[in-house]
Amino acid sequence: MSRKAIVNWCLALAMVAVFAVSFLIGGKAAVNQENPDERFAGTDSKATSQIQEIDPSYEPWFSSVFQPGSGELESGLFALQAAIGGSILGFAVGAYWGRRRAEKAAVGAPSAPSGSPAPEAGS
Amino acid sequence: MHIAEGFLPVAHCVAWYAVSTPFVVHGARRVIQQAKEHPESRLLLAAAGAFTFVLSSIKLPSVTGSSSHPTGTGLGAVLFRPPVMAFLSTIVLMFQALLLAHGGITTLGANVFSMGIAGPWVGFWFFTLSNRLGWNRNVGVFLAVALADLSTYLVTSFQLAFAFPDPVSGLGGSVAKFMGVFALSQIPLAIAEGLLGVLVFRLLTDVAKPELERLGVLKPTLVEQAVR
Repeated sequence: MSRKAIVNWCLALAMVAVFAVSFLIGGKAAVNQENPDERFAGTDSKATSQIQEIDPSYEPWFSSVFQPGSGELESGLFALQAAIGGSILGFAVGAYWGRRRAEKAAVGAPSAPSGSPAPEAGS
Repeated sequence: MHIAEGFLPVAHCVAWYAVSTPFVVHGARRVIQQAKEHPESRLLLAAAGAFTFVLSSIKLPSVTGSSSHPTGTGLGAVLFRPPVMAFLSTIVLMFQALLLAHGGITTLGANVFSMGIAGPWVGFWFFTLSNRLGWNRNVGVFLAVALADLSTYLVTSFQLAFAFPDPVSGLGGSVAKFMGVFALSQIPLAIAEGLLGVLVFRLLTDVAKPELERLGVLKPTLVEQAVR
């Protein structure tokens, strides 16, 4: 494996490790909270409860134009958002990758017999 | 960092709209200009927007026992400079406000300011600083992506504290309370987002090196050195 690949794998593993540790510590922290049912509640909704705690008389003066209706529908829409983003990201990287390969093949084939070390540099 | 619909007083909503609008308009112009003058960078522009789109939709567990989501704005700020992210973040936040009941139309101005303006600029500053200090480019990208994420949530804490100062401990007490909700939870997420940002950036330098050089993100000479 090239050094580049090793570094990339380490980055990915480190990221997984951060979440594993977060999940373990967070799971313990959540048990000690007053409401154990609300494990891993979103910070956005916690901020909303904090507002109501600071100013109990505050009434939100506008409500969402569209409500997904249930948590299941909501997570579906979030998944849709991730899917749209992921497809575009994958398409862009894939398109660049394909073009690089085509360029490399075009450059590499005729100049290979000349014995220059340049074509190997990027591989 | 999404302030829920209706959860900012009217005056604050108007004020944040007024602050954010010029940045977003300028950002939209920059996006159009970028796409026109450098058509070859369009795919990269789409990739930067898509990165934000994905990351801001994923809620992840954190050490405090709550969950939160990354912002994904630092990478685009490094690639295309921060104004572009003001526009791209607005699209993401509008999608979430209209379809997911997450964030809101009334609080859009405030949310765009934290996620689309403050975060990207902080990230970009740290990337520039790291380059000036001659640090490894990976370190610069990590700092940019992680701190764009973290600073977004810090700004949200201040925005909420301005709107809801604590009746006893005042503004400072309120800042501390909102930071208690956001800041600690966000640190591991920011670190993870930083690592992912470096990974994606390395991937892009691999496949789209000429485009990044044209954008000025990579200096050709440095790249030659790195390759050898």
